Amino acid sequence: MAEIKNYTMNFGPQHPAAHGVLRLVLEMDGEVIRRADPHIGLLHRATEKLAENRTYLQSIPYMDRLDYVSMMMNEHAFIMTIEKFLNLEVPIRAQYIRVMFDEITRILNHLLWLGAHALDVGAMTVFLYAFREREDLFDCYEAVSGARMHAAYYRPGGVYRDLPDTMPRYELTKNRSKKEVEKLNANRQGSLLDFIEDFTKRFPNYVDEYETLLTDNRIWKQRTVGIGVVDPERAIALGMTGPMLRGSGVEWDLRKKQPYEVYHLLDFDIPIGKEGDCYDRYLVRIEEMRESNKIIRQCIDWLRKNPGEVITKDTKVAPPKREDMKEDMEAMIHHFKLFTEGFHLPKGEAYAAVEHPKGEFGTYIISDGANKPYRLKIRAPGFPHLAALNEMTQGHMLSDLVAIIGTQDIVFGEIDR
Amino acid sequence: MKTKAKLLLENVKKSLAKKIVRSCLRFDEVTITIKADETIDVLKILKDKPEFHFKQLIDLCGVDYLEFPEEQVNERRFAVVYHLLSLKNNQRIRVKVFLENNEFPILPTVISLWPVADWYEREAFDLLGIMFLNHPDLRRILTDYGFIGHPFRKDFPMIGKVEMRYDPSQKRVIYEPVSIEQRNNVPRIIRDEGFHNG
Repeated sequence: MAEIKNYTMNFGPQHPAAHGVLRLVLEMDGEVIRRADPHIGLLHRATEKLAENRTYLQSIPYMDRLDYVSMMMNEHAFIMTIEKFLNLEVPIRAQYIRVMFDEITRILNHLLWLGAHALDVGAMTVFLYAFREREDLFDCYEAVSGARMHAAYYRPGGVYRDLPDTMPRYELTKNRSKKEVEKLNANRQGSLLDFIEDFTKRFPNYVDEYETLLTDNRIWKQRTVGIGVVDPERAIALGMTGPMLRGSGVEWDLRKKQPYEVYHLLDFDIPIGKEGDCYDRYLVRIEEMRESNKIIRQCIDWLRKNPGEVITKDTKVAPPKREDMKEDMEAMIHHFKLFTEGFHLPKGEAYAAVEHPKGEFGTYIISDGANKPYRLKIRAPGFPHLAALNEMTQGHMLSDLVAIIGTQDIVFGEIDR
Repeated sequence: MKTKAKLLLENVKKSLAKKIVRSCLRFDEVTITIKADETIDVLKILKDKPEFHFKQLIDLCGVDYLEFPEEQVNERRFAVVYHLLSLKNNQRIRVKVFLENNEFPILPTVISLWPVADWYEREAFDLLGIMFLNHPDLRRILTDYGFIGHPFRKDFPMIGKVEMRYDPSQKRVIYEPVSIEQRNNVPRIIRDEGFHNG
């Protein structure tokens, strides 16, 4: 019999299933993976170093570009750390807005994950459906911040501005008939909240649609059940958080365990898995989308009834009102100082984390009392997940590797930072 | 009423006693500073003792204190910060270790306690040049293949040292010293205490 040796194979960095720029050096025994060595850093932009040279306010947009499929959540962790330093009181309305947009972001992220994961495993349709819904959510982002993705909407002490009363509408063009435009604008007649409410009414049906395509699908199950099993103790030791940890049956969610903003006032459940395989993590994330939908609806109800301020009145960290600046000298000075020098954090260090769609996203700031951080460390959830790839893929086939990359919900913006 | 963090700090002080160099409780977060040669012992106690039960290493990062104002933190330049999380007790702790040698900062690896430390330590090595004793595979992780220097050190310029371009005559990508100048539009300013209070 001929002697067969292990051979090494290169995977990526330009590969559709690599979710960006992942390069893997695989040691293969036939079609079975013996060792996987991820080479990362192809998207490294030294965000942490850049932040050391910029004021806190200038760094917020960099946060959007970390995990570029769940933009606002990244900002949230960063500004929560700043608020911890300054002991800022955030208006309750701003807290509800943040929670609502956090959950919109979670749906955004999970939709992309679902579409990409299914596409990797061979189901094309889900991808197209998922992007249809993402479009609506991007419109919410756009209505509130002017940007479809990189919003920079959360600010220390609140959010940039209140929710708009009107939704942007489609306009008549050469290629669009009046009837079509009317149809497109049907749910855009009211305020942003009406639009989101309309979405939350439709969304559970959409999730059902995805589930009919996948949950009982024989091929989907063959590709995910029993693949990449992680037992709970190992998941904890490997630093897994978020759905990766919950998929293994560990009840851990920062929204429940260490509640921030108004999560303690809202009613929602935390789904957990049982087996710790790709299929369970799929079910957990699907259920999370339904829970997020529930949270959004509660936020809409509250926000409708309770108008009010959305950003702190402390003009040291938030810009004063335009009208005040015309009359009041001090407001003018505050505005100028805020956007040139920025605000200072007291000397010390703090860490704050949010339950990001991918896991625990935290920022650790060391301040020397200046207007810029002395050191910023971003704790990206994807980093330990990808580190566990070697362990998760050992003994699996090459095609299962793709399913495991999919289930880890890898985004290189946050891993490479 | 004692907060949870305060209780934790008391417990930690009781169990570790002399091993703690400095401890502090701020923003409801517990930070302890320990000696470099006792790192493994202390972390092992924090991980395995049932009242601590810090089974998860959430984050590990290096810090370069070169330009930190005043005190200069005992003239020790590098520190490694561990963020631990206990799922059972639902609490966090931050452990800080200052490294003895500024020229060759080295610390034993904690992979045996938390396997997740593998990549975090590689990152700290890559970005700050902190060595980890007994690490099985201490390669660069985030920077380019063949990168020289440790970019997150304070004496490494923000714009880097080399830039890359394709050279048509040599028909390959070449590295050259950077041609741009570093810009700093907002100076780093430290105000006196109480400046903002009027």
